[in-house]
Amino acid sequence: MLLYILRRILTMIPTLLVISMLVFVIIQLPPGDYLESHIAELQSQGESVDENKIQFLREQYGLDKPLLHQYWVWLTGMLQGDFGYSFEYDLPVTEVVGDRLFLTVIISIATILFTWIVAFPIGIYSATHQYSWGDYGLSTLGFLGLATPNFLLALVMLYFANVYFGTSIGGLMDPEYIDAPWSMDKLVSILEHLWIPVIVIGTSGTAGMIRRLRANLLDELQKQYVTTGRAKGLPPGKLLVKYPLRVALNFFVADVGNLLPTVISGAEIVAVVMSLPTTGPILLSALQSQDMYLAGSFLMFLALLTVFGVLVSDIALALLDPRIRLGGGASK
Amino acid sequence: MSTDHFVSREPFDPHSIETLTPAQEKYYMASQWKLMWWKLRRHRLAVICGVILALNYATIMFSEVIAPYNLHSRNTEFIYSPPQSVHLFHNGEFIGPFVYGRDYELDMEILKRNYPERKDDVQPLRFFCQGDSYRFWGLFESRFHLVCPPENGTFFLLGTDRLGRDMFSRITYGARISLTIGLVGIIISFSLGIVIGGLAGYYGGWVDSTVQRMIEVIRSFPELPLWMALSAVLPVNWSPILIFFGIKVILAMLDWTGLARAVRSKLLSLREEDYCAAAELMGARPGRIIGRHLLPGFMSHLIASATLSVPAMILGETALSFLGLGLRPPVTSWGVLLNEAQNINVVALYPWLLFPVVPVILVILTFNFFGDGLRDAADPYK
Repeated sequence: MLLYILRRILTMIPTLLVISMLVFVIIQLPPGDYLESHIAELQSQGESVDENKIQFLREQYGLDKPLLHQYWVWLTGMLQGDFGYSFEYDLPVTEVVGDRLFLTVIISIATILFTWIVAFPIGIYSATHQYSWGDYGLSTLGFLGLATPNFLLALVMLYFANVYFGTSIGGLMDPEYIDAPWSMDKLVSILEHLWIPVIVIGTSGTAGMIRRLRANLLDELQKQYVTTGRAKGLPPGKLLVKYPLRVALNFFVADVGNLLPTVISGAEIVAVVMSLPTTGPILLSALQSQDMYLAGSFLMFLALLTVFGVLVSDIALALLDPRIRLGGGASK
Repeated sequence: MSTDHFVSREPFDPHSIETLTPAQEKYYMASQWKLMWWKLRRHRLAVICGVILALNYATIMFSEVIAPYNLHSRNTEFIYSPPQSVHLFHNGEFIGPFVYGRDYELDMEILKRNYPERKDDVQPLRFFCQGDSYRFWGLFESRFHLVCPPENGTFFLLGTDRLGRDMFSRITYGARISLTIGLVGIIISFSLGIVIGGLAGYYGGWVDSTVQRMIEVIRSFPELPLWMALSAVLPVNWSPILIFFGIKVILAMLDWTGLARAVRSKLLSLREEDYCAAAELMGARPGRIIGRHLLPGFMSHLIASATLSVPAMILGETALSFLGLGLRPPVTSWGVLLNEAQNINVVALYPWLLFPVVPVILVILTFNFFGDGLRDAADPYK
């Protein structure tokens, strides 16, 4: 088991390395760099440019050096905890990112929990009551959830909240806590606001999961050992929980790997619509203004989050399913 | 007792026992595509969705004729006009489809424009009529419309936007780009998926593992941030058409992974088959074996799964344009239209700006159902 985890972590390293290259290439693709456009902007406004600072930044991050060198500086910096400098905010990237990344993680985890809690009973119900009215109703709802892009759902919900309750449901905490340090009250306030983005982001993932859980469980329920069990006179509840559900559960855990990229993508775009203080809006503006280190670090963090989430789900899966940790063939 | 032979001496003809009815014969002789078509036809929901989709795609051929107004024609007296309802009866008397004339007043308290109806001013709609002039597909000038606003009147079925442009016309025109961007994207990602997945599956070994790692990396990246990053790369000074193609390519570049996986795993098992070995022994080149002998075996399945990924592309375009990273005006797609509805205060005052949501959801839903039906039909074991 330990060997499996170790091997799994080792394969993560080249993946992350390739991702970091990809991210670097992407943030380098736009012509020019932030400093150039920044200088041009200041000059057009007739303001003076602090040559020393520009020169310092240029040297610090090797912007005058060849690309490979820049990549190397960026990569080694990241390994030492220096994620670069946000030109737009005039702050080290870590300080801009800190809280926001934490909130993104909270929202993602809450969304996945929500997805599980909702999808699990509904999926089981749909599978055990196949082709009943309940199954049809829930499936239709699920397809609707799958078809509605979550940023549209966010817009529609904002609209109805505005019309019927006269409130704005944007934001993630009461205004007085926005700049306040972390405290119990702030946490409570966040939890009170959390449910709306969680529902909005979670809908499509939940719908997809219900479909997959239903299909998987149906496959299991049609196998012969279930018929045998029923013939032996096992009570229906026990018959369901003892084997088919456990087999279907494997996939349930493995599905985090599928779910996580969707959730994080959803969290980004919904955050822009609902003006949540997560990574979404900043990432968007950083991309638009070529604030390359900020954008790069964000992309890197999000990828890290995903890769790490998949790792956790793989380990959990290996714990659940001996075929995977012993043979290694079943995961292919 | 005679011990006669009880076995008939007549020559044995297998057809004498089992004769095929014409219907059975037709079924057994039918080609794979025909079987698929028959199966699909039985799937009622998929057929209905297919028809709806076909209708949708038919409208984009005649956008100019269906839309009562031009894409860019502005009605400056009717800015943010709410949808006008179509009536049939006036004072209990049947007149046919008509709208009421409207006045304009400004609510000075919240600075909102109001357009109260004049209940005595009946303005019948005109059908098959001459209206705004347009160039049909940019080819020839025409003024023919299916429906036109009344003489000296207006007809805004879904209201107008901040420049007084008719939303219904804009949605009709927007369908052209929103519906096709998915198809063209799918063609690119389909070819990428088949070629890359085919190579990985056929050759195996290091080619396979490189491709596998590549797919893993792309899949482990949250899609939307990557799209956002890539489209931020597109230079701002490109023409809208170039941006359009750039976005298609971006959407396609990240979408081929699923298909490549399917092709690969299928080829891995198929290349061990005897007919593949036979082709190899006869000296067929790998390209011919893959294209001629292996792929056709599960082409129908591939097409079905490609159908299922069209909605993702349409959604991708909508999301990017909504964020302002995708298409930009004057190019009009549903995402671009929704971009105007980004501000919640605007939406609260003028909720009809959210109307483009309806076709987006409808198209995605029907594509999903249709693709599901197609996949079931392509599956020989169901």
